[in-house]
Amino acid sequence: MFFQHLLNGIIVGGIYAMVALGYSMVYGVLQIVNWAHADVLMFATFIGLLLTTYLKMPVFAMVLLVALFASVLGMSVERVAYRPIKSGNRKMAVLVSALGMSTFLQNLAQLIFGSGTRQFKAIESKSFSFSGFTITNLQILILVVTSVMLLILYILVYRTKIGIAMRACSVSVDNAKLMGINTNLIISGTFGVGAFMAGVAGILIGVYYSAVYPTMGYLLGMKAFAAAILGGIGSIPGAVFGGFIIGTIESLGAGYISSAYRDAFAFFVMILILVVRPSGLMGAKHIDKV
Amino acid sequence: MSSVLEVKNLFVNYGVVPALRDVSFHVDEGETVALIGPNGAGKTTTMHTISGLLKPKSGEIEYCGKSIGGTESYKLVSAGISQVPEGRGIFPILTVAENIEIGAFLRKDKAEIKRDKDWVYELFPRLKERMKQISGTLSGGELQMLAMARALMARPKLLLLDEPSMGLAPVIVEDVFHIIRQINKERHTTILLVEQNAQMALTAANRAYIIEVGQIVREGNAKDLMNDSEIQKSYLGL
Ligand SMILES: Nc1ncnc2c1ncn2[C@@H]1O[C@H](COP(=O)(O)OP(=O)(O)OP(=O)(O)O)[C@@H](O)[C@H]1O
Ligand SMILES: [Mg+2]
Repeated sequence: MFFQHLLNGIIVGGIYAMVALGYSMVYGVLQIVNWAHADVLMFATFIGLLLTTYLKMPVFAMVLLVALFASVLGMSVERVAYRPIKSGNRKMAVLVSALGMSTFLQNLAQLIFGSGTRQFKAIESKSFSFSGFTITNLQILILVVTSVMLLILYILVYRTKIGIAMRACSVSVDNAKLMGINTNLIISGTFGVGAFMAGVAGILIGVYYSAVYPTMGYLLGMKAFAAAILGGIGSIPGAVFGGFIIGTIESLGAGYISSAYRDAFAFFVMILILVVRPSGLMGAKHIDKV
Repeated sequence: MSSVLEVKNLFVNYGVVPALRDVSFHVDEGETVALIGPNGAGKTTTMHTISGLLKPKSGEIEYCGKSIGGTESYKLVSAGISQVPEGRGIFPILTVAENIEIGAFLRKDKAEIKRDKDWVYELFPRLKERMKQISGTLSGGELQMLAMARALMARPKLLLLDEPSMGLAPVIVEDVFHIIRQINKERHTTILLVEQNAQMALTAANRAYIIEVGQIVREGNAKDLMNDSEIQKSYLGL
């Protein structure tokens, strides 16, 4: 039983990790929480549902298209809701702008797609069991897709010039500018990459629970945000680690304690860890010498 | 001699508070010019406005004859202006090698980048030994050297140095200024140097400007200023 719960936990944990990365990376470069992140995910998932239902698009092409759509939407959010805010009480203005954008996307989705829950069947489900241990083809697919996405992100951030620029921006946007980095482009790209991953995660979670609805981003977003905080917001490995921890604990908690509290475990663990380590598990231990 | 940098009647504000009032000066090709002044005089503000981090309220900044006031920083870097900011601005989460790498961010000439890397590592052998080290763990002197090496990787025509001596032991300050002179001589890089350490700045510079509360109050030959009794009293502690 334990390994079954662990496996289920790792599978949703990987999805949380992909969403958490978007929160963490954006926080890293701009020190703001992009509250519209999970709503971009929701909107993109609806697009995936439409592509599958009405255009009968093959899964792979659909996921790619949805991720690209999410990227564009994520970058538009930054352009419209965050970039124009430059002065005054910036933090507060951005918070209001972020919540406004989140509400706007949810309402727009309700208007276009209706407020009900839609089923999402992208692939025929098959399950394999061996010695009391069950795994579905969908779960295998999720594991593969998550691993590939995380690997690509790792290479992008730690092995490319763009990655160096992103990490430089997360230290200081001004100093990055002095290196000749077009920081607006990098910030935009960070939103794009985060939303790309969220788009993929949205499809995975939508298909996994076979449910797509305009407020689906809320709880998922809160858990992913908890994962980002837990790992140390701004930290990329932290977001991944946090995602897996939240997923696993939630699954074990629901299995061994009570499934009624499934959604509470994530926040309980987050609070517990923050009490011990306020900057999160891998939060920046600032080494700043002047 | 042609002017690399020409600042004319520059005014800069933070909100409604003026920081620079009618600042004018110039830096000619191949020169090292010092901008000396006490805390809060507006030295860093001047640097940031030249490098595009701040926008002028009014006035002109000309670089190689072209008006650049308000141009975005990254474009100025590709035009040849490199700034070593106050406090160095090293990226502590990147390694020494990555910090050097990022200095050449806009350059595409791989072979030349490699040559410049070899050159800066020769200039700062301490950095070569620490290539793989995370920069956040370097000493103050090493950080200053890394910041200069990084700026040189952009092959600047005009190098802006904001208080390179800040927080360093006198021996290290000597080293740093030795290298500043070397860069100016060997690479013919034009240098604008901001300092509170007037002694060091005047030894390295050809000419200097004194700035106080946002205004240029004196200018002249470095040697003349060093022998000026007023300057000796207020800036050289003699
Ligand atoms: N971000 C800012 N917002 C508001 N005022 C500022 C800001 N930065 C600097 N100032 C003010 O502008 C004036 C000039 O500051 P600046 O940093 O240019 O001085 P400085 O000559 O570089 O001083 P130091 O030697 O201490 O570095 C000071 O009065 C300072 O308080
Ligand atoms: Mg200063």
